[in-house]
Amino acid sequence: MSLKGKAAAIGIGELKPAKEPPPTATALGLMAHVSAEAIADAGLEKNDIDGFLVGMPFSDPGMLYPASAAEVMGLAVRMLNVVDIGGASPAGMIWRAAAAIDAGICSAVLCVVADLNRIGDQRPPMVSVQREFEVPYGNIGANCGYAMIAHHHMYEYGTRPEQMAKIAVDQRANALRNPLAVFNEKPLTIDDVLNSRMIVDPLHLFEIVSPCTGGAAVVVASPEVARRSKNTPVWLLGAGEYANHATITYAPSLTDSPIKPAAENAFRMAGLKPADMDLVCPYDCYTITVLVTLEDAGFCPKGRGGAFVTEHDLTWRGDFPCNTHGGQLSFGQPGLAGGMSHVTEAIRQLMGRGGDRQVKDAALAYVNGNGGIMSEQVSLVLERRS
Amino acid sequence: MSQYLKPLPNPTPTSRPFWEAARRHELSLQRCAACGKFIYYPRDRCPYCFSDRLEWKNLSGRGKVYSYTVVRRASSFAFADTPYVLAIVELEEGPRMTSDIVAPPENVRVEMPVEVYFDDVTPEHTLVKFKPA
Repeated sequence: MSLKGKAAAIGIGELKPAKEPPPTATALGLMAHVSAEAIADAGLEKNDIDGFLVGMPFSDPGMLYPASAAEVMGLAVRMLNVVDIGGASPAGMIWRAAAAIDAGICSAVLCVVADLNRIGDQRPPMVSVQREFEVPYGNIGANCGYAMIAHHHMYEYGTRPEQMAKIAVDQRANALRNPLAVFNEKPLTIDDVLNSRMIVDPLHLFEIVSPCTGGAAVVVASPEVARRSKNTPVWLLGAGEYANHATITYAPSLTDSPIKPAAENAFRMAGLKPADMDLVCPYDCYTITVLVTLEDAGFCPKGRGGAFVTEHDLTWRGDFPCNTHGGQLSFGQPGLAGGMSHVTEAIRQLMGRGGDRQVKDAALAYVNGNGGIMSEQVSLVLERRS
Repeated sequence: MSQYLKPLPNPTPTSRPFWEAARRHELSLQRCAACGKFIYYPRDRCPYCFSDRLEWKNLSGRGKVYSYTVVRRASSFAFADTPYVLAIVELEEGPRMTSDIVAPPENVRVEMPVEVYFDDVTPEHTLVKFKPA
């Protein structure tokens, strides 16, 4: 079965992430705001939405979440679900929406994520096996896992700290041209990154995402609805998803990730190869995540990621435009909406709405969503059909 | 003895033999009688071949550091006494475990040989950690 050309993204809504949540903000309220923006951007009415995919916010989780969020917005839908694959949830929503459309169940699916960044908020509990075998040793959060991936990559392939730092530097250059990015005022140098505080060896502060408040939404529509849209539709050409572990300790490899099968399936469905892409938006919770994604998605051979990012200009005007919105590292990570930022940026660029950072003649984009500790992976190939 | 304030494992019917062995200062894991593989963490069925013929066996306690990090700022207030060395240890018998390396951070390397160190953190709880061999 193929989803190639079966659905298109036709509208986006996105908030500028904020380090401090506005005192009046709620996660459900932010979802309503970005949803209204995306539906209006698509040129649709709220009643046109007949499918609903939502991410559960850390700041307000609960059972029966999709119906609650849909009720707040006054939606009546033929399909509703939480997509719970971490940072890969937004990319995962796009192909699930396309599948529901291809099955004839829906014609316009709203995909939405939003969250508040407040210390002390209730967090969903970890699963028993992680509480029992990870937490007592201090393996809490995502930092440690990615640091261990980075250490092993350095050991196995000789990857150097300045090579990983280059990713954060080039992405910052992109963010300087993105009014929505939270860190868009000051350029970054490799020395700035390497001199920033060491948090978990070998990862420095500026190689790690900054939690924010924010939200984003995308409307995915059937070909019939897409043709009526006022925007240039951005078609889904290929999608692939893969997961083989939750905690990185139990992954088959620290440095060969499940991105490989996810990307292979996405490119196979699209009938395209990595070299065909005009821009890439790889999930970037840490610098090392981008490096491993470029290797496993096939943009460079395994182990060559460090040399590749050094040899290429990853900025919007460079020879390998990568995370032209700044990536989460400079855009900010508003919960799951951080993972939507890669999707919205690819859509923006392909619609020709990249503003001061528009990639010239961008027609094809590769997006990867990454959940947990290099666990759930979703690769997408998107196209503006000329 | 000062009170231990970090999170403690809450054994399940599946994992209890592992933690009871740790209290005796023995490293005991399940071995699948069908495919022969050792398994960590404890399961009800083998994650490799899905057999339910799992037998508890004692291990050598020897292994090596597959990868590690020095946590200088922890994601939880309970682990504020940084730095500590978190690692993935690959046991001689095959399986990998998340654990701590009890050693000065500057002495830890990828592939370094380690041996099990039973840390009796409370009278009821022993954590399975490692130290340089």
